[in-house]
Amino acid sequence: MSRFLGFVKKEFHHIFRDPRTMLILFGMPIAQILIFGYVVSNEITDVKIGVYDKSKDHVTHEITNKITSSGFFILSENLNSDQEIEDVFKKGIIREVIVFESNFAEKLERDGSAGIQIIADASDANTANIVTNYTQSIINNYVKNELLAQGLPYEIVPEVRMLYNDELKGVYMFVPGTMALILMLVSAMMTSISIAREKEMGTMEVLLVSPLKPLPIVIGKVIPYMVLSFINAVVIIALSYFVFEMPIQGNLVFLLLETLLFIFMALSLGILISTASNSQLVAMFISMFALMLPTMLLSGFIFPIENMPKILQWFSTIMPARYFIVIVKNIMIKGSGIGIVWKETLIIAGMTVFFLVMSIKKFKVRLE
Amino acid sequence: MNEIAVEVQNLKKSYEKEEAVKGVSFSVSKGELFGLIGPDGAGKTSILRIITTLLFPTEGKITVLDSDVVKDYKKIRTNIGYMPQRFSLYQDLSVEENLTFFARIFGTTIEENYDLIKDIYSHIEPFKDRLAGKLSGGMKQKLALSCALIHSPDILILDEPTTGVDAVSRKEFWEMLIRLKEKGITILVSTPYMDEANLCDRVALIQNGDIMSIDTPEKIIGDFGQKLWAVKSNNIYQLINDLRRLDFIDTVFPFGEFLHVTSNTEDLNITELKSILNEKNHLGIKIQQVEANIEDCFMQLMTK
Amino acid sequence: MLKHTDNIIEVKNLVKKFGSFVANDNLTFNVKKGEIFGFLGANGAGKTTALRILSGLSYPTSGEVTVAGFDVYKEGEKVKKNIGYMSQKFSLYEDLTVRENIRFYGGIYGLSNKYIKEKTESLLERLKMKDIQNSLIKSLPLGWKQKIAFSVAIFHNPKIVFLDEPTGGVDPITRRDFWEMIYEASDSGITVFVTTHYMDEAEYCDRVSIMDQGRIEGLDTPGELKKQFNAKNMDEVFIKIAR
Repeated sequence: MSRFLGFVKKEFHHIFRDPRTMLILFGMPIAQILIFGYVVSNEITDVKIGVYDKSKDHVTHEITNKITSSGFFILSENLNSDQEIEDVFKKGIIREVIVFESNFAEKLERDGSAGIQIIADASDANTANIVTNYTQSIINNYVKNELLAQGLPYEIVPEVRMLYNDELKGVYMFVPGTMALILMLVSAMMTSISIAREKEMGTMEVLLVSPLKPLPIVIGKVIPYMVLSFINAVVIIALSYFVFEMPIQGNLVFLLLETLLFIFMALSLGILISTASNSQLVAMFISMFALMLPTMLLSGFIFPIENMPKILQWFSTIMPARYFIVIVKNIMIKGSGIGIVWKETLIIAGMTVFFLVMSIKKFKVRLE
Repeated sequence: MNEIAVEVQNLKKSYEKEEAVKGVSFSVSKGELFGLIGPDGAGKTSILRIITTLLFPTEGKITVLDSDVVKDYKKIRTNIGYMPQRFSLYQDLSVEENLTFFARIFGTTIEENYDLIKDIYSHIEPFKDRLAGKLSGGMKQKLALSCALIHSPDILILDEPTTGVDAVSRKEFWEMLIRLKEKGITILVSTPYMDEANLCDRVALIQNGDIMSIDTPEKIIGDFGQKLWAVKSNNIYQLINDLRRLDFIDTVFPFGEFLHVTSNTEDLNITELKSILNEKNHLGIKIQQVEANIEDCFMQLMTK
Repeated sequence: MLKHTDNIIEVKNLVKKFGSFVANDNLTFNVKKGEIFGFLGANGAGKTTALRILSGLSYPTSGEVTVAGFDVYKEGEKVKKNIGYMSQKFSLYEDLTVRENIRFYGGIYGLSNKYIKEKTESLLERLKMKDIQNSLIKSLPLGWKQKIAFSVAIFHNPKIVFLDEPTGGVDPITRRDFWEMIYEASDSGITVFVTTHYMDEAEYCDRVSIMDQGRIEGLDTPGELKKQFNAKNMDEVFIKIAR
């Protein structure tokens, strides 16, 4: 055990002493998420909205006032029919329309609940997402501070509708995609490079000649990266939640477990790559071409899979990141559990087993 | 005393196309300092990697302390200390961290075997917090040797430990090896430097995957069997050409500021040769008989 | 003799600093035309720094340096035209053939196609490499690569050829073949400037300088240095200087 701990300690030394490794490990994920957060927060002032108030009572007026006085929104159109909603969106000036149902205040008093529809133009998915989130939180605040505070047990049920892009492609893709990319990079590329470095420096020969068995060597190499990848994943999730206000509807523990599975898969892949490369350069090259580019281009991270040519769609089915993105999206946005994402989970687990078996078969106790 | 530590019988090793080692046999006795001497590509590294169980032999029987390198590789691995070619340690770990790491993976501690490495490690101990990458070549080597010794191996196997190292460090390194030998450690070392042969108990001269000769350095030099002349003039290039045209001259090789020359005739007549060279306008002619050294022997064996 | 008269390299008070680190500390030496000059020292003694300055790749911090009659400050390009360079790693393209490599390097120095063609033929003839002219460099033994690399380095008839650690690891006969090529080049008037940390290489040079920690600590013929330091061989000279 002391042997093994000694090994893990050494590995952490390597990582913490190499500024480049540290930069890739921690600088990159934070930078990516922050850049995105910055782009998004830029757009959320003076958003033009329309209100279609079928009720026109004191409650709907108050809510409308709250929304327009928040500083984020400007009321630019008062609408009078459903038909007009379509028309103003088509003109492209208005980003969001809020529809109060008829007899709003009355229903609230009678039933204790009334409905608001929030319709957003989701062709710009980022903005649509933020705008509806802001609107919802203003409404929630109103309920909490104005109604509940007066001892009125009312609830207002907002119903969000996205026009033109009801799945919100792009915005929600970013966080899962970044997570997949960074975990792939850190886990697979860094592990394969660090194993290849030992071969290059001749230290692998000494390790092989030592009584240390191959399995502890590999696990010892992998554990630090596993820990760091996991920290990374947590940082990404935290940043996207706090800075970018991405919701986490599902179970956080379940999300982290899935993340751990994906990290494990990427590490196994990294070990497999290292068995095929004798130098850091080769490991880097294989990682770039086998991991980075496909993960970015074929997993649905940047380009929607359904728009790809058939042949690339086929390719994308062997991209582990593709399934991970689906899983993360489902958990974070839709709040799904294992019942929904079991198929993707199984595929990633299967890939992990496959890579592990392959690398154990290929990892030699000798040099050839 | 004459127990066998390493026994190599008819070892052959082929890579895809070429045969790197073509059937070599030798044995290293316990407590011996044995040298594999030969240029790059002679097969030294392949032989050492097979003995350290890192490579399979294509053919042949190799035992290390009576254990077979193919079947009992695990047992052998705990008994040998190995310093691979261009071994550079972990550059980003400090001197002490490197040593501690190697001690730990062999299940031991620095304290336990400090006596063995004291001689060597004490030179670099003042710098124990320095990163290995920042050490000078000679200090790196001392650290590498300490790491290879930390588990107190019976046999030390060193692959070209002095390649690329300056003369001072080379000298110190060999002094350390000789002291280790005195402590009873069997040492198998490879080197491309012919002059290092003289520091070994016995050497094998290797060229193109074949051993040309195995013996003590003194015996190998004794077997040279020809008289050797050192010849010099002011125009060394012209001198080479002129000497090669003489029919009683056998071989002519540059050797430092002189040429080393052997003759077909029993006894070369110095005065006669001098006058021949004078006629060809050579100035500052010097001719003297010299002792052959290992390098002369190596070249003689190559041309045989 | 006529051969060793004019200075082809003149270095006076050369200093090169990197920050506060002094890599070359006030070097002064001359190299004569046609001479084989050994530039010796341990790794890190400052050989490579000085070599870079002499070959026009880097500027000195201070001092006067002329190479082949040109000032390295002002006429770096002219210096480069008049020198050849062969590194430790031979600087041949492993995936090109012998002929392609020669052709390529001839082209770099702006030699005419006709000249390159004629000279390539005579070169291959002399190296006895006609049969392998279309083999890839990587398929050749180390010693052959070395000879080709040297031939390529002097293909454009430079006034000086710089050899950076040229003869590690080859067998003793190949090594001597190589030195014969160097003698031949020197005989034809090319100055040969060899950097090496193998002290026994020094014995082949006409004159050697020994560097230690940025300074030249010894400069003479090998024979004189051995006398001066009361040493059997250059190894001992070096050890006495470095200790």
